[in-house]
Amino acid sequence: MVKLDAKIPHGPIAEKWTNYKAHQNLVNPANKRKLDIIVVGTGLAGASAAASLGELGFNVKVFCIQDSPRRAHSIAAQGGINAAKNYPNDGDSIYRLFYDTVKGGDYRAREANVYRLAEVSNSIIDQCVAQGVPFAREYGGLLDNRSFGGAQVSRTFYARGQTGQQLLLGAYSALSKEVANGSVKLYTRSEMMDLVIIDGRARGVIMRDVISGKIERHAAHAVVLATGGYGNVFFLSTNAMASNGSAIWKAFRKGAFFGNPCFTQIHPTCIPVHGDYQSKLTLMSESLRNDGRIWVPKSPEDAEKIRKGQMKPTQLPEQARDYYLERRYPAFGNLVPRDVASRAAKERCDAGFGVGKTGLAVYLDFADAIKRLGKHVIEARYGNLFQMYEKINDENPYETPMMIYPAVHYTMGGIWVDYELQTTIPGLFAAGEANFSDHGANRLGASALMQGLSDGYFVLPYTMQNYLADQIGVARFKTEAPEFEQAEKETRDRIQKLLSVNGNHTVDSYHRKLGLIMWDNVGMGRNKAGLEKAIALIQELRADFWKNVKVTGTNDQVNPELEKALRVADFLELGELMARDALVREESCGGHFREEHQTPDGEALRNDKDFNFVSAWEYTGADKEPVLHKEPLVFEYIEVKQRNYK
Amino acid sequence: MDLTLKIWRQASATAKGKFVNYKVQDISAEASFLEMLDLLNESLVQKGEEPVAFDHDCREGICGACSLYINGRPHGPDRGITTCQMHMRNFKHGETIVIEPWRAKPFPVIKDLMVDRSAFDEIMQAGGYVSVRTGGVPDANAIPISKRNADLAMDAAACIGCGACVAACKNASAMLFVSAKVSQFALLPQGKLEANERVRKMVARMDELGFGNCTNTYACEAECPKEISAANIARMNREFLVAKITAPKE
Repeated sequence: MVKLDAKIPHGPIAEKWTNYKAHQNLVNPANKRKLDIIVVGTGLAGASAAASLGELGFNVKVFCIQDSPRRAHSIAAQGGINAAKNYPNDGDSIYRLFYDTVKGGDYRAREANVYRLAEVSNSIIDQCVAQGVPFAREYGGLLDNRSFGGAQVSRTFYARGQTGQQLLLGAYSALSKEVANGSVKLYTRSEMMDLVIIDGRARGVIMRDVISGKIERHAAHAVVLATGGYGNVFFLSTNAMASNGSAIWKAFRKGAFFGNPCFTQIHPTCIPVHGDYQSKLTLMSESLRNDGRIWVPKSPEDAEKIRKGQMKPTQLPEQARDYYLERRYPAFGNLVPRDVASRAAKERCDAGFGVGKTGLAVYLDFADAIKRLGKHVIEARYGNLFQMYEKINDENPYETPMMIYPAVHYTMGGIWVDYELQTTIPGLFAAGEANFSDHGANRLGASALMQGLSDGYFVLPYTMQNYLADQIGVARFKTEAPEFEQAEKETRDRIQKLLSVNGNHTVDSYHRKLGLIMWDNVGMGRNKAGLEKAIALIQELRADFWKNVKVTGTNDQVNPELEKALRVADFLELGELMARDALVREESCGGHFREEHQTPDGEALRNDKDFNFVSAWEYTGADKEPVLHKEPLVFEYIEVKQRNYK
Repeated sequence: MDLTLKIWRQASATAKGKFVNYKVQDISAEASFLEMLDLLNESLVQKGEEPVAFDHDCREGICGACSLYINGRPHGPDRGITTCQMHMRNFKHGETIVIEPWRAKPFPVIKDLMVDRSAFDEIMQAGGYVSVRTGGVPDANAIPISKRNADLAMDAAACIGCGACVAACKNASAMLFVSAKVSQFALLPQGKLEANERVRKMVARMDELGFGNCTNTYACEAECPKEISAANIARMNREFLVAKITAPKE
């Protein structure tokens, strides 16, 4: 049995990363030229890793699924990026960012990784400013900050409501520079089909060119997966249409352990579902909770009238409204962490206080903020978000409160990695949302951008050298090796199999069904019976998929149906693993809420005695049950407590 | 609502394309334009026909992937939004909607409504960056920038690289796209050092790739989903002129 070794460096937490860097192995410039690295994905983690590794002198090949690296879904992040700069002089520090992140994650993240994240957060801001990222500034010319959920300081840097876009364009510009320099070779419209392992090490990938359908082999000394999260297993999520879990699922099937697959973030402020034709959900930035107040009617009768359109929300007097977050959590109010805010919204709606046609919505109201600050200030802060809302809902949020409801947004789970971001397969690294590492059971707002760029700019360029140092004598691999041959054959067989089923149901119809099973049973509230039911239903649906799916067209052409089918086939396996993990974890923590385990007032009830570990699942073969390994979590620098935002 | 769709179908880059008519029924006014196309595709697949290929990804107006010419306008009739942000309430029951790909020589059609916009990446690779390496940079607040310039730089940086400007322009000019990046860096001290070289290289690459020139019709600005100002083109022209005058003799 594989022993999980997180490879946490010795020494006090504030010195671990410094010590690591001081003693790690390095590769000299002449040898770097002889080493090849494959990076899959060009979001914040992938683009920053590829650019930085290219700058160091490695030969890098980088792949993206879209027509340009600039379109990776990091682009859609709105609110901001955290750093412990303490520019506002409000008491922030590296320790406090570390503490807030571990606490926000409900004490299910590895201390050493999170500390390093907080430590390099400041360098990220410096780097991005040097690249020309136009962060928001104050009149004195210095950088502005705002606050986000789960923190009592203002440590979030932002570029209007388009922070992800600007940071990604920064990383994309660095990547473009390296492509021009010839150190990075860029492959667009290219999707990973499989990972190639030779003698136990990751040595290459099989890619499919989505324009020609050509199956290609690429070899390297090391492979980085930066392919994002798997929230689209729910069909409806805030993820982009092409976001998928196939690359990490292939790695899992080849032996990489999967960490905490059930940890999913349901974001509290999204535009509610409005019809069964809907293809995705749209996020409204958490930053809105800085100024917006969340409420539902106090009485179910008023809620009923509003649902039926007999009353407008603006007509409901102040004393008839329930600002339930401010009532339940006076210390953090509307800025409680995402998991807490989402569950509170669900609780109110389930109890019959929800608004909107479906009753599955709550209000996010800016009337007070507009009165206090003036419309122009609100417009300057959130103008693009308000416009986006109006275009979708045909309602003016300056005049009537926004309607919001939680939606699947982010997956804290992912490929298990050690301190070096290396998976259980030597030579395979995972970065950004694709790994499980830093957010525990719940990610704080503005921390995803921080983690993606931390991994790519400041962690992998060091830790990968430590791995590659003993690879300098290893000659470039030939893609004629039998391992490549075999992986390509398996890919071709799988594609052929999908194309030849020729059943009666579209790929999307399966994806929708899977999404419903997941949302109903592996969503915001989970229980034993529901999870067991979900596992059975998913197995049934998977079997049906391979018998009755209809995939039109051929492999050697642009074929979006085939692309979707390949992804949904993997989601149909991944969803089951998520349910299994949720079933085993008999406690509530962060985004994982087991209804059997809650405090008398409905808060998540952790069980530190039995579940203070990272779940790391090992694949054991098709139709065999995966095996659970446990990485115990040790908290030396933070006292583990019941989270309290009251 | 029921609609007739007149859609450009083209099997591959080299195949000859043509318009094909489709009927869609019972489309909700709340649905997005791309969700309406999803419904069409779902029905085509069910009939065993090939669905219409189109680029799309984030479906919230920021990735820049979607790129449809709707009733003769890039991203359709509404202003300041992308195709994916367009909702069916902009159309009427019984209407015929004409849907085409971007039509510009530097953006060849790949299939149906998908075009190849890699030329934009190539322009960016010619100089759309500040040449700093990872690490070793000054503290972020060591470079104060006036709020005005930071805001103007952000206005320009909001470009999503969708190519609507090129599609809207009768000359297939990429001036708005290129000038947005040139302006962002020209307005910031970080970008100043390489400003001359940057504008020279990016403009040269743009010309090589076959984009046309600007003749000041401002169709680009009118159709830009992010409402990037044509003033950026003026700024780029000034930068270009300065770069030309001050260029070292070969």
